[in-house]
Amino acid sequence: MIRNPGEKVIDAIIIVLVGIFALFCVLPMIHIFALSFSGNRAIMSGEVFLLPVDFTLQSYEAVFNDASMIRSLVFTVILVVVYTLIALTMTTMAAYALSRRHFRGKNIMFGLIIATMFFNPGIIPNYLLIKGLHLLDSPWALILPIMINAFLLIIMKTSFSQIPTELEDSAWMDGCGHFRFLLKIVLPLQLPILATIALYSAVDRWNVFQDALFYINDRDKYPLQLKLYQIVINSQVNDATAQEGFNASTPIPQGIQSASIMFATIPIILVYPWLQKYFISGMLQGAVKG
Amino acid sequence: MNSLRRQWPLYVLMILPMTFFIIFKYIPMAGVMVAFKDYNMFQGIWASEWVGLDVFREVFSMPQFYRALRNTLMLNFFSLLTFPIPIILAILLNELRIHWYKRVSQTLLYLPHFISWVIVGGMAIRLLATHTGSVNQFIKNLGGNPIPFLENEFLWILTYTGAGVWHYAGWGTILYLAALTTINKELYEAADVDGASRLRKIWHVTLPGIKPTIIVLFILQIGRMAEISFEQPYALRNELVMDVAQVISTYVYTVGIQSAQFSIATAVGLFQSVVGLILLLTAEFLSRKINNQGIF
Repeated sequence: MIRNPGEKVIDAIIIVLVGIFALFCVLPMIHIFALSFSGNRAIMSGEVFLLPVDFTLQSYEAVFNDASMIRSLVFTVILVVVYTLIALTMTTMAAYALSRRHFRGKNIMFGLIIATMFFNPGIIPNYLLIKGLHLLDSPWALILPIMINAFLLIIMKTSFSQIPTELEDSAWMDGCGHFRFLLKIVLPLQLPILATIALYSAVDRWNVFQDALFYINDRDKYPLQLKLYQIVINSQVNDATAQEGFNASTPIPQGIQSASIMFATIPIILVYPWLQKYFISGMLQGAVKG
Repeated sequence: MNSLRRQWPLYVLMILPMTFFIIFKYIPMAGVMVAFKDYNMFQGIWASEWVGLDVFREVFSMPQFYRALRNTLMLNFFSLLTFPIPIILAILLNELRIHWYKRVSQTLLYLPHFISWVIVGGMAIRLLATHTGSVNQFIKNLGGNPIPFLENEFLWILTYTGAGVWHYAGWGTILYLAALTTINKELYEAADVDGASRLRKIWHVTLPGIKPTIIVLFILQIGRMAEISFEQPYALRNELVMDVAQVISTYVYTVGIQSAQFSIATAVGLFQSVVGLILLLTAEFLSRKINNQGIF
């Protein structure tokens, strides 16, 4: 097809508009990244835009030398790994059983599970349950209450039900029971959906904030985001009082704040582009029925 | 074939998952009875005295409750105004002819969705704080007056809405892009034969093609008007804007977990859940009526 000049102008406008929005998404992060490597003087005078000025590793040294920050990181990594394994196991068990054609009672069970998606009892009944189970201040409070996400369960069940029944029947003839069939045949066939569920679970707990704020008071068990929140809060108090020259708490330099933000963001940025397709496929499968 | 001999392992597999749903989903549902009791920490939920609707009467007489409700609806309304942004973005992406450019743009656009609200809140302060934020330093260097993005109530609402766009808009294009791929290519070819311009094709082929998706997502968002996330307002707010930033979810946290007024907080939460459920069912009903297809 021949393109006239008008078409080319429209093409250019579209490229520019998409580019502006893409920049809107990444510029803030690049700027914080630049701040985290810049000297304090340059930051205070507002010289830093997208590249570090007076390059220094000072801020990162401060972050990595902060024992509580490293403790939060280790705690969060363990939390992410343990949670992901448990969520994956629990979701797989339920998804497999519920996706079998011959399973008496599965509709009732599935109905009971779906019903929980419509009514959210709210923050306090959940809190009182955690309190009643003596899980306050326990890492398990961040794992047990969300072991199975009903949305992800539906995605997985849909995917499992696409495995032909004949396969299951012939495996049964060969003396292969459900457990062996699930482990040896279903799971190897379903690796992409397992990856999707694992990724959503891992990101969810890496970013855990609300649950930790509600259930964890012990500073030794602060996940990264809660730790980060405190640094953020401090910075805001500093900003509001900066003008009066009032110093109630020790101000945390902006470079260190920026480095802390990057500290929690960089793992996501490093992992995300390579695994993008699993996230998107999860999103689309969830939207088909859910 | 369908004997218990063959099915028993499936029941075994369901033991833990069903136990999970009963303990962590159904017991809290029963726990809403706290809203109808005078909850006493020492007596526990069961032994506390029933008080009927007294707690709700108290809630409905509290000005802070109405403030939280108003703020929830207001912030959701501002977010609703940004509803067309992912649609426009998806159409623009769909019109891009340079393949690598499209792929790179999509990667960048989806990224904010995976950044936690705490980090978004932290970045917002680093960028927008009145005295130390980078944007205001830039303005000051140009000789202008700093803009109180986070301290002025109206500007804070705009910051909240803008942060929402940053976080959701790119990711929100995915469903529209998927819908766009299902549009019949022949429609575009026919439009070409008729000599239709690019804009006319977008208007007469593309938009009608994704109309069902737009309607479903719009109805769904309306259905969620009474709900609000905890983390977005909580991570972005500060003491100076509490009058517009205290929403139902954060109010329940303040009253319940921080002040231990469990009955009142549960009642507020229950009110929100019931309104949310009614709105969601209405949305489902509307969707069936307009699209001949439910959301669920």
